[in-house]
Amino acid sequence: MRPTDIRSPEYFHKVVDCQWACPAHTPVPEYIRLIAARQYTDAYMINWKSNVFPGILGRTCDRPCEPACRRVRVEKEPVAICRLKRVAADHKEDVRGLLPRVPAEKNGKRIALVGAGPASLTVARDLLPLGYACVIFDADPKAGGMMRSQIPKFRLPEEVIDEEVGYILEMGVEARFGHHVDSMRALLREPYDAIFVGSGAPRGRDLDLPGRQAAAANVHVGIDWLANVSFGHVHRIGERVVVLGGGNTAMDCCRSARRLGGQDVRVVVRSGFEEMKASPWEREEAVREGIPILNYLVPLEFTVERGRLTGVLFEKVRAVYDANGRRELVPTGEPRIHMPCDDVLIAVGQETAFPWIERDLGMEFDRWDRPVLDPVTMQSTLPRVFFGGDAAFGPKNIIWAVAHGHEAAISIHRLCRGEDVHDRLPPTVNLVSQKMGIHEWSYDSEISPDERYRVPLAPQAVALKNIAVESELGFDERLAFLEAQRCLNCDVQTVFTGSRCIECDACVDICPMDCITFTANGEEEDLRARLRAPARNLTQSLYASDALKSGRIMVKDEDVCLHCGLCAERCPTGAWDMQKFLLDMAQATDVPKHACAHR
Amino acid sequence: MTYIPKPGFRHPGAAVNAIGYARRDYEGAVSTLCAGCGHDSISAAIVQACFELDLPPHRVAKLSGIGCSSKTPAYFLGQSHGFNGVHGRMPSMLTGANLANRDLIYLGVSGDGDSASIGLGQFAHCMRRCVNMVYIVENNGVYGLTKGQFSATADEGAVKKDGAVNPESPIDLVALALQLGATFVARSFSGDREQLVPLVKAAITHRGAAFIDCISPCVAFNNHAGSTKSFDYVREHNEAVNRLDVIVGRGEITAAYAPGEVEEIVQHDGSILRLRKLAAEYDPRDRVAAMTYLEERKAAGEIVTGVLYVAPDARDLHDHLETVETPLNQLGDEELCPGADALAAFNAGLR
Repeated sequence: MRPTDIRSPEYFHKVVDCQWACPAHTPVPEYIRLIAARQYTDAYMINWKSNVFPGILGRTCDRPCEPACRRVRVEKEPVAICRLKRVAADHKEDVRGLLPRVPAEKNGKRIALVGAGPASLTVARDLLPLGYACVIFDADPKAGGMMRSQIPKFRLPEEVIDEEVGYILEMGVEARFGHHVDSMRALLREPYDAIFVGSGAPRGRDLDLPGRQAAAANVHVGIDWLANVSFGHVHRIGERVVVLGGGNTAMDCCRSARRLGGQDVRVVVRSGFEEMKASPWEREEAVREGIPILNYLVPLEFTVERGRLTGVLFEKVRAVYDANGRRELVPTGEPRIHMPCDDVLIAVGQETAFPWIERDLGMEFDRWDRPVLDPVTMQSTLPRVFFGGDAAFGPKNIIWAVAHGHEAAISIHRLCRGEDVHDRLPPTVNLVSQKMGIHEWSYDSEISPDERYRVPLAPQAVALKNIAVESELGFDERLAFLEAQRCLNCDVQTVFTGSRCIECDACVDICPMDCITFTANGEEEDLRARLRAPARNLTQSLYASDALKSGRIMVKDEDVCLHCGLCAERCPTGAWDMQKFLLDMAQATDVPKHACAHR
Repeated sequence: MTYIPKPGFRHPGAAVNAIGYARRDYEGAVSTLCAGCGHDSISAAIVQACFELDLPPHRVAKLSGIGCSSKTPAYFLGQSHGFNGVHGRMPSMLTGANLANRDLIYLGVSGDGDSASIGLGQFAHCMRRCVNMVYIVENNGVYGLTKGQFSATADEGAVKKDGAVNPESPIDLVALALQLGATFVARSFSGDREQLVPLVKAAITHRGAAFIDCISPCVAFNNHAGSTKSFDYVREHNEAVNRLDVIVGRGEITAAYAPGEVEEIVQHDGSILRLRKLAAEYDPRDRVAAMTYLEERKAAGEIVTGVLYVAPDARDLHDHLETVETPLNQLGDEELCPGADALAAFNAGLR
């Protein structure tokens, strides 16, 4: 095996599993340490710079970071990263003075942003401080996009949206709210230097079953219904509600229904409970609120009597797997089930819709009728037009929209300066020793054995009465500290300097997780099998040194390293050091940030 | 010294032995010795050996005297019996404990000061009596606790950290042990875990006085150029006479060897010491030849390591004394004080 090149930013970035998994690559351990130190404002600003909506994401993020958390590989549950983010937002002081200044003198470039959701707002936030004029169009009366229209208030209070969307609007966005963009051709004729499309995936899928038309008054498409609830057009629903679908929208629908008069609310899914797309925590919340989830039931018909919905007819199925592992749902032959109900909410997916983009503009669309895009630059085949968020690659989530927005902003900035959009800055990387004394580190290296702390909830009697009551109360300072201490500081890296090593084995002996081995070199596959603890997790890297004095090499399996620093504490020569790796993604900027550019 | 406790988390794939313990169950407290101390490697080797031998920790007694080495029993086998006694007197305490309860496994841990200076007489008699034990000397050639003065095992001509040269002749504990009647004698190096772990296992399974002289660099005071007990010096001059596998019942290693390469020694308890010869013609059962060989190689500047001598059918102190099989501490009043009639009968037998 060749010695690991730790100068490549990728190597240590991958060790910080949460940051690596985050689409926006937010430096998670860095802000968690700040939360533990009660520096909430600083923690918030790290988030704000990276993911733009810390308060919103701290309540609603799909949290790809959590399943990636190393803690999962060491014990049962990850650090509650998402809810710690909310702590930073809840406890921060006024941040307005810390936000970037927008120059009074503009650079003369005008950008049109279609849709006022997280993707467009991110583009605006990145470009306004550079002197751009940003014009945002949205059919809704307020900015926020799906964050406002589709996420129910009991999960995301309106004032949190208003605050974080407000930071951006107050930078001087030219808002055209209540304005539906209905022609790309027309937009292209207007004097914009670039156009960003962040129009989301606004079309909820329908179920074209018998009875659908006749029962139309009581059969609703989930995301439209949620938007109507959100904007106050709908206040009630029937007592018996059937929600069709197993994703997060279905969970929002059933929980909203429960708060709007639904007594017997049930979720029905075609496949098995385990295959549901909804995040496990959203499912848990629904179940906790007394909503049963019934699986392996395929809807056949909306039953109607005297022009009014009476229920839904289902067929019981079971999963059968063929030789290729492909699943098929086969009827069990049991009698059909009729579920009487007053209302049905259909939450079986949503898709992008571009009826307003004329197809003769030279913009290519693929066979799913999605624009053909460069996945790095977010540029369409019309060089002036960029996409991001759900509009780009179909429904994902807010954090992806933010990541797209940052990349699109870089592209737009380069385009407007006449530069190649593909020529992009790498992330800035900083690797600094945390040693402060013989056994003193500038991070809290002691490992907390605590299990994940539960977020306190509002009493159900209160929460289910009013859709505007936030169901989660958030961690208080004490719980936040304890939960923050569970973070393993994976960004404080074990850095090995072979020339200093005397091969005394002190690190091998002290390592609680048997990560370190000194052995004869070999191919990676062979090495993985003969380490002190076999390295069976192939997604995690081996850190290999050059040949040492004895001819052996040091090999460290990164998989379950606790970053406790004991190897460095027990090292007599400083061959091991704990160094903090801070990776900052490049964002749209006028001045290259890395030092070597300042000649 | 490390201030944070060693985290309780363990590798999720950590193996357990036949009695259900993981290797870390044999650990003790976190070491307070200097970072990188060779002694810590020896502690880790003892942990590994006990884990691999499936030893129930409560069947082991650790005894030690004074010095860096003698602190180490705190850092391994945290669930075993331990006794930290007077400087150089570990052999007497161990002998007494062994007499009282022959059923435990005795692990005497000492250093070059504890065994070759203040405790030399104790060392000699304990070997001579062939107490059933493992006696490990963690030999670094200096008094580490008092800032690195030469000890009695420092080689003639060795250079101290301050530049002073040792004019005196060293005590070779291996040579002494061989001469005094130890029945298992080995030398190893704390920096060679692969050699040391099987040696500790062999010494534990051996019945009789098993002595291991383990060179253990003092990172603080004896790991510089000119030292003859530094990592670099020992690695350069280490000449192993054999490599050892210890085979206890299950888990037999089946590797193919050319004829003459391997020698198998069956011990009293049925365990097999499988020795892969590295030095041709070296016979670890020939005590006289071993002594000669060691002197020759020492003169050539080599540090000979490996199993140097083993008497597989040794008789120990209890055999010599013809004590009963039941440990004395388990005998009741009636057996220990059988009464005036029994005494009279015994005395009559001597008349």
